[in-house]
Amino acid sequence: MPDKIVGNDFGPPKAGPKDGLQGGSPHKIVGNGFGPPKAGLHIEIDGKSHPVKAGENLLQAILSLGLDLPYFCWHPAMGSVGACRQCGVIQFKDANDAQGRVVMACMTPVAEGMRISLQGPDAKAFRAGILELLMTNHPHDCPVCEEGGECHLQDMTVMTGHTVRQYRGLKRTHRNQDLGPFINHEMNRCIACYRCVRYYQDYCGGDDLQVFASHNHVYFGRQEDGVLENEFSGNLVEVCPTGVFTDKTFSRHYSRKWDLQTAPSVCVHCGIGCNTSPGERYGSLRRIVNRYHGEINGYFLCDRGRFGYGFVNGPARLYQARSAETGPLDVSTAENRLRAMLEDAKGIVGIGSPRASLEANFALRERVGAERFHAGIGDAEHGCLRTLLDLVRNLPLHLVSLREAERADAVLILGEDPTQTAPRLALALRQAVRNRALAIADELGIPHWQDAAVREAAQAEKSPLFIASPAPTRLDDIAARTCRASPRTIARLGFAVAHGICPEAPAVMGLTPEHEALAAEIAQALTSAERPLIVAGTGCLSEDVLRAVGQIAAALAAARPGRATAVHFAVPECNSLGLALMDAQSLAHAAHTIESGEADTLLILENDLYRRADRTTVDALLTRARQVIVIDHTLHATAERAHLVLPAASFAETEGTLVSSEGRAQRFFAAMQPAGDSRDGWRWLGPWPCLDDLTRALADSLPVFQQITACAPGAAFRIAGQKIPRQPHRYSGRTAMLADIRIHEPKQPEDTDSALAFSMEGAANDHPPALNPFVWAPGWNSNQAVGKFQDEAGGHLSGGDPGIRLIGDGAGTGLPWSVPPETEASIADALRLVPLHHIFGSDETSMHSSAVAERAPHPYVALNPEDAARLGLAEGEEVELAPDVWLPVKCLPGLAAGIAGVPAGLPDLPVPVTAWQSWKPNKPGDETS
Amino acid sequence: MISQLRTLWIVLKHTFSRADTVQYPEQRPKLYPRYRGRIVLTRDPDGEERCVACNLCAAVCPVDCIALQKTEDVDGRWYPEFFRINFSRCILCGLCEEACPTYAIQLTPDFELCEYDRRNLVYEKEHLLIQGTGKYPGYSFYRVAGKAIAGKDKGQAENEAPPIDVHSLLP
Repeated sequence: MPDKIVGNDFGPPKAGPKDGLQGGSPHKIVGNGFGPPKAGLHIEIDGKSHPVKAGENLLQAILSLGLDLPYFCWHPAMGSVGACRQCGVIQFKDANDAQGRVVMACMTPVAEGMRISLQGPDAKAFRAGILELLMTNHPHDCPVCEEGGECHLQDMTVMTGHTVRQYRGLKRTHRNQDLGPFINHEMNRCIACYRCVRYYQDYCGGDDLQVFASHNHVYFGRQEDGVLENEFSGNLVEVCPTGVFTDKTFSRHYSRKWDLQTAPSVCVHCGIGCNTSPGERYGSLRRIVNRYHGEINGYFLCDRGRFGYGFVNGPARLYQARSAETGPLDVSTAENRLRAMLEDAKGIVGIGSPRASLEANFALRERVGAERFHAGIGDAEHGCLRTLLDLVRNLPLHLVSLREAERADAVLILGEDPTQTAPRLALALRQAVRNRALAIADELGIPHWQDAAVREAAQAEKSPLFIASPAPTRLDDIAARTCRASPRTIARLGFAVAHGICPEAPAVMGLTPEHEALAAEIAQALTSAERPLIVAGTGCLSEDVLRAVGQIAAALAAARPGRATAVHFAVPECNSLGLALMDAQSLAHAAHTIESGEADTLLILENDLYRRADRTTVDALLTRARQVIVIDHTLHATAERAHLVLPAASFAETEGTLVSSEGRAQRFFAAMQPAGDSRDGWRWLGPWPCLDDLTRALADSLPVFQQITACAPGAAFRIAGQKIPRQPHRYSGRTAMLADIRIHEPKQPEDTDSALAFSMEGAANDHPPALNPFVWAPGWNSNQAVGKFQDEAGGHLSGGDPGIRLIGDGAGTGLPWSVPPETEASIADALRLVPLHHIFGSDETSMHSSAVAERAPHPYVALNPEDAARLGLAEGEEVELAPDVWLPVKCLPGLAAGIAGVPAGLPDLPVPVTAWQSWKPNKPGDETS
Repeated sequence: MISQLRTLWIVLKHTFSRADTVQYPEQRPKLYPRYRGRIVLTRDPDGEERCVACNLCAAVCPVDCIALQKTEDVDGRWYPEFFRINFSRCILCGLCEEACPTYAIQLTPDFELCEYDRRNLVYEKEHLLIQGTGKYPGYSFYRVAGKAIAGKDKGQAENEAPPIDVHSLLP
């Protein structure tokens, strides 16, 4: 086992208290493999000298300096193509040149001593002319366009000074397409900057959005009407500089950006922890937009995160407390009832939730005691998370952020389909395979931002990506090799890779020759890579797979002494890792405590137990418990069976801390007041006067969370004595929105839990990144204003990316080499069940959004076509998955033999696949066993 | 002394001049169409609501007394689901009229906004909407805008070419 870890592949850790688990560990960094920082240059802009970074293009440099220059086709994440001609500036030959020539800033590399002019009359006239040309066909639509008020085209038009239309010709028009439930299409507004296809095809790997026709007829759309298939299509809304692609769900309850009350928030639909800005108007949540985070989501969100907000005001939302006997209760009655029930209890079993904040879970833990606090997740998942933490604590692992994942030059995915379980990670991996292309570009001296040139030079060359998974994944198209196998076999393959990297690791006996060869190839690729990355997770609920990842990491660390191995473990929910760090008891333990009579009351926080264990177990548990109390924001099967249901605030209405799969603790804030009688989950549970007290108590009582108070400034934080407003300064309708209810305008609600105010008044500037509700800068109304909040274009947020990493590069004492598992015995005529995840469908809360539900699959049992033929089952034929649960067979070519895939977490699928069960298909007419 | 007598003379002279005050409400002053009084919402020449719920009036309102919510009908037209002006706050500055891109919101010469109860000064859309076009008779926003609505397809707005056939190979 390796000795001492002195670094990982992704540069030095930031100074300061970061390594929560190894507090004060003696890590010494010996280098980061990226060479010395490039020397700074100076360029002269309009007679003034400015320092810039070598290797950048002029546009990047100008924007990084905080100067304004209009642009359309350039995007920090996608580089330059010089398509729109908008960013023209004057470049002078030398100090004596008075005339200069127009160059495109985005296509011109900076050079020492370069003299340019942004404000020269020729430069301004050129840009105004280009904009006027771009506007010749633009319709007179702004009042009825969802982009209006946050439109990059509007901003740039104002910036260039174009006000009066001189063109007298006819405007070209296009017909629109129906692009599915997420995106509106309005092609007339297009200015042909090509950003959408570059994003959709080049960045996301989608192939169903294309550009058709030529010259000013170009058309960006699908070949025919239909759903945009890519899981990241929602970003087109922000990528498109004008209103061609707009958010269809938002359009249904539209509000201008200046009218939305927003807060810095964190997405709650998977474990990645993307930063979001939810926007509220008239008491309902209207939309989610990306909130830039330099280490995590950057500019992009997945569609589940962007469109899955419907549960906050959905039909299943709980607005009022209710009792099973007497129906709806008012707040004080509910409080009294809760108190009486808890006093009456002979022992309380608390069940926490991976979708509730650390604070809410901790409040429950304090209420019921640590030994009666349970995690509220399936036992298989519980086991996986325990194993995962064991690895993270004891092995030389470095949990990578997504920015780091994008820089990996060899990736191995074991047992996971990241697109379905941690979507934003999949998008990062898609960028990681481009590192080979960037290396080729480096050899040829092509700067990375020269997008077309880099792609031309690299052709189809990719960094190696290996995927071993039970079913086909959405990243197969960029994979060097894929392997379809059962989780056990995947684990065995992983152990063989570890042996291939470090011969000390035990060898795996009885592998097929193909797997032997594949393991050797993967081992070779990982060893020769500069920044190898291993991706796994709880997706196939196999501890063997996780142990195999640990083995590979240990082997790599042994082969590369002193460097931690980069891994990313996808976890299913937004606080799965945080809850795991609290070391809660398993659900089986809760059942045992209730069964044995030690306790008779169940206190369930934001959790539907029917998603965690099979129906009979949960039925038995709920029946056996004398009192069941559920605190949640959404009505679900467990809440329906509770004796008392208390309405909790959703993520958009409460504050708290979540721990992402990177081990990063992040604070999210309420965008709006809790709806109806609902209140913060923790407020029902304890006497905490404000969130900061609770966070402080948590940090004090569990050492692993010691740093979380530093995630974001506390409630006492002020800028020049003022709070930070959640509403933009042009928030409208203040004296009319409630006038129909009460003519006397109410005082703005006070927020005692954070430094944010439910108001348009307060400190307008200098918000710390963790507390910045939205981006806006003078002249920049669209989300592209984010450039004004970054240390450099596309870089980190000024003031540091928010969040505190609780898990440092594990050094621990190491673990002994694990023994590879045996091949499982095959069972005659039976298959093993494996959960198959779906970005739209497997997440509980997002399925309350009608748009997401529309994209979810119908329940099915997936079989390899050969297995189906062997068992005499045809596509569509109904089989019995569990007693009285009949599902149609779906033939899934590419699914590993011997397994049956069942969609995980679909709402109308009552039996969650909790473990590696065997299953024998019954057809109608068969005798049920 | 002379100055005081002069002052008396000037004041007394006014006894014989015509009074500027009129006997309101028996006598009414002449108010011109551009007078900034009570706000109305008008209809386009086809009788449809002109307001497209763009929110510009609400944004420009210095006292924030306009609140509305956009919705869309089956024809594809945007219109306000509700449109509320709190006249107890309104200062009749006319900025909303200036901001309106569709000539929907207009100020009228009716200034007689008096109520015993402030609640009666909260006007909803049904109180604001009139039957006619107001001061701008000919204008219809959707005849100019590129957005297609029922009865006006792509390429049928003013100054628009027919829609491109993307499948055509002709230049």
